[in-house]
Amino acid sequence: MPTKVETDSVTGTETTGHEWDGIKELNSPLPRWWIIVLWITIIWAGVYYVLYPTLPGWDGLWQYTARKDLSERLDAVRAGRAAWTDKLAVAPLEEIEADPDLLEFAIAGGRAAFADNCAPCHGTGGAGGPGYPNLLDDAWLWGGTLDAISATIEHGVRWPQDDDTRISAMPRFGVDELLTSAQINDAAEYVLSFSGSATDQAAAGRGREIFAENCAACHGESGGGNREFGAPRLNDAIWFYGGDKATIVQTIAKSRNGVMPAWGGRLDAVTIKQLAVYVHSLGGGE
Amino acid sequence: MATAEATAGDIGAMAGYNEAVVRQFTIAATFWGVVGFTVGVLIALQLAFPVLNFDLEWFSFGRLRPVHTSAVVFAFGGNVLLGTSFYVVQRTCRAPLFGGPTLAGFVFWGYQIFIVMAALGYVLGVTQSKEYAEPEWFVDLWLTIVWVAYLVIFLGTLMIRREPHIYVANWFYLAFIVTVAVLHLVNAAAVPVSFTGAKSYTLWSGVQDALTQWWYGHNAVGFFLTAGFLGIMYYFVPKQVNRPIYSYRLSIVHFWSLIFLYIWAGPHHLHYTALPDWAQTLGMTFSVILWMPSWGGMINGLMTLSGAWHKLRTDPILKLLVTSIAFYGMSTFEGPVMSIKAVNSLSHYTDWTVGHVHSGALGWVAFVSFGAIYYLVPKLWNRERLYSIRLVNTHFWIATIGIVFYITAMWVSGIMQGLMWRTYDALGFLEYSFVETVEAMHPYYLIRALGGILFLIGSLIMVYNLWQTARGRIRDEKPFGMPA
Repeated sequence: MPTKVETDSVTGTETTGHEWDGIKELNSPLPRWWIIVLWITIIWAGVYYVLYPTLPGWDGLWQYTARKDLSERLDAVRAGRAAWTDKLAVAPLEEIEADPDLLEFAIAGGRAAFADNCAPCHGTGGAGGPGYPNLLDDAWLWGGTLDAISATIEHGVRWPQDDDTRISAMPRFGVDELLTSAQINDAAEYVLSFSGSATDQAAAGRGREIFAENCAACHGESGGGNREFGAPRLNDAIWFYGGDKATIVQTIAKSRNGVMPAWGGRLDAVTIKQLAVYVHSLGGGE
Repeated sequence: MATAEATAGDIGAMAGYNEAVVRQFTIAATFWGVVGFTVGVLIALQLAFPVLNFDLEWFSFGRLRPVHTSAVVFAFGGNVLLGTSFYVVQRTCRAPLFGGPTLAGFVFWGYQIFIVMAALGYVLGVTQSKEYAEPEWFVDLWLTIVWVAYLVIFLGTLMIRREPHIYVANWFYLAFIVTVAVLHLVNAAAVPVSFTGAKSYTLWSGVQDALTQWWYGHNAVGFFLTAGFLGIMYYFVPKQVNRPIYSYRLSIVHFWSLIFLYIWAGPHHLHYTALPDWAQTLGMTFSVILWMPSWGGMINGLMTLSGAWHKLRTDPILKLLVTSIAFYGMSTFEGPVMSIKAVNSLSHYTDWTVGHVHSGALGWVAFVSFGAIYYLVPKLWNRERLYSIRLVNTHFWIATIGIVFYITAMWVSGIMQGLMWRTYDALGFLEYSFVETVEAMHPYYLIRALGGILFLIGSLIMVYNLWQTARGRIRDEKPFGMPA
C-alpha cells in the first residue's frame, strides 16, 4: 500500500502515511503532561534509590531494613508494656484482681489472646456451643477458680502430649456393648428425670438401677457431677452436647471425650495468666 | 455502512483469510466466559454462605477458585486473544494465517484440550498450587507445544505480510505471545515424581520460588491481560469509531516503556516478606514509573475518539470499548498506588486486591472483549448487523452496574478489613480477632455476589444476541439513540 501523508480534517494533524485495513495513525506529539509526569516518577524513584535499599549491599542513606523496622516497633511495644508484664509475671493469680490497674491490663491482654486462640471453639464472646463449654455461666467441668482455669488452659483436656493434662474417659456403653439399647434408653430417661423432663416414667424407673451401677461413680447418685473427673452435672438445665433424649442416648452409647489443646508450650506464662483472669472475669469465676 | 461491512467480509473471503478458526475461537470465548462468570458467582456465594460448599471436596471453594480464575483469564480471555489476534494479524498484514488451516485448527483444539485438562485437574485436586499456574507438569508441557504452534503461526504471518510496516496491535500481540511463553517455561519448571503420575515438585524453592511465581503472576497480568488486550484495543477501537489512532509516537514510546518496566514490577506482590528489601524497592519503584506508560494506551485509545465522541450516543459497542479504556486507566492508576509499600501494608491480603483485580478484569478485559466480539460476530457470520443494538446497550448497563457493585463493595470491605487487622487498643492489644473481621465482611460479600450475578446476566443477554445474529435474525427495533 502506498504511503500517503494526509491532514486529518478534524484535528488538523498529519497522518504518518501508514494504513492497515483502513486504520491510519496521526503523527501527534507525545502529550506534554504525560512526559512531565513520567519524568517526575523517574526522579522520585531516583531519590528513593538513594534513601532506601536498592541493590544487594546498599541499605540507602536512611539505613532502612524491614527487619530492623519491625524489631524496633516490637521492642517499643514490649517496652511500653514492660512495667505491666513484669508485674504480671511474678504476681500470684489471686493478687491480680486486687490491683485494679493490673487487672485492667490482664483483662485487655486476655481478651485479645482469647479472640485469636479460644474464640474459634468457645465463641467470640465465650458463650460456647454444642461440645464447647459456655464460659459465661456458673457450670464448670473442671473447676471455675483462677487456679483451675489456669491449669485447664495450660495443660488442656485429654491432650496426649501434656503429662498433666486433664483426663477422664467415659465408656462407650453402646459401641462396646456394655449396655443394651433398651438399657441405654432407660438410663437416658432416668437422666432426663433429674431435670424433670422424662416422658416415660416406667423407663426412667428401670433406668435408676442402671445409672447407679454405671454412671453414679462419676456423675453422682443424683447427677450432681464431679469436677475431679470433669464429669458434667446432669441435674440442671445446662447441657454440654445437648439435652434432648436422642443426644443423651448418643452420648451414652458412643461417649464424647472432647479435647482441648494444652496452650502451655504455645502461649507464654504471662499470656496464660491474662487468659485465666479474663475467663474468670466473664461472669462464672469462682 | 452495512454494504461497506459486507464488502469487507467478501474481501476477507477473497483474500483467503482463515475466518473459520476465528469463528471457533469466538464461540469458545463466549462459552468459557459464561462458564467462568458462573463459577465466579458460585464461589462468591460460597464465601458469603459457606454451607454452599456442601462438604464435597471437589465442590469446595479451594478447588473451584482456580477453576474460576483460569476459566476467565485463560479460557475466556485466552480464546478472545487467540481469536482476535488471528483476525487482526491477517487483516493488518494482508496475509492469510501462516501454516494453513491445519496448524490453526491444532492451536484451537489444542488450547481447548489444555483448558479442559487444567479444569478437571483442579476439581480433582491435581494442582501445583501456584496461583494462575496451577496445572501440573503434563498439562504445562502440552500447553508449551500449543503455544509454540501459536507463536509460529503469528510470527510466520508477520513474515509473509504484504504491508510495509507492522501495525501496533501486532506489536502488543507478539509481546504477549513471546513473554507468556518465557514466563510459562520458567515458572512451570518442575520435576515430576514419576512419568506415570500427575504429581511434580517445582524446580524453585523458598523465596526464589515466591519471586519466580510473582514475576510470572504479575506479568500474566502485564502481558496476558494488559499487552494482549491493548492489541485488541488498538484494532477494534479505531475500526469501530472509524478514526485514526491518536499518536503513532505515543504508541511507540508507551509500548517499549510498558514492555521494559512491567517485567520488573512483580516483587510488589511480596512487600514485607522474606524477599530482600532491595528487591521490594525495585518492584515498587518500577510499578510507580509504570503509571504513565500504562496510561499511554489509555490516552491513545480515548483520544482516538477526538471528533467522534457523539458516536457514543448511538453506538453501545463503542460505549463498551470506551468504558473498558476508562476502567483500564483506573486500574493502572490504582495498581501503582497499591504497590507503594505504605499503601500495600494496608491493602495486601485484603479484599481491596480482589476489587482491584476485578476492576481490571471485568471493566477492562471483559468489556474490551465484549466490544470486540460484538464487532466480530456480524462480520464472521456475514450478517448485515447485530440482531439487536438495543440489547447491547442493556448488556452494557447491567454489566456496568454489576462492576460498580462489585468493586465498591470490595473497596469498602478490603479497607475495613485492613484497618480492623491493624487496630490496637490503648494498651497495645489487637482490637479485633480474625473471626470478627470475617463476620464484618459478610454484607459486602452479598453485594459482591449481587454484582457478579448482574455481570453474568449481562453476558447471557450477549449470548442470546450473538446467537440470533449468527442465525441471521434482525430484531425489529427503533434505531438506538435516536429521539423516539
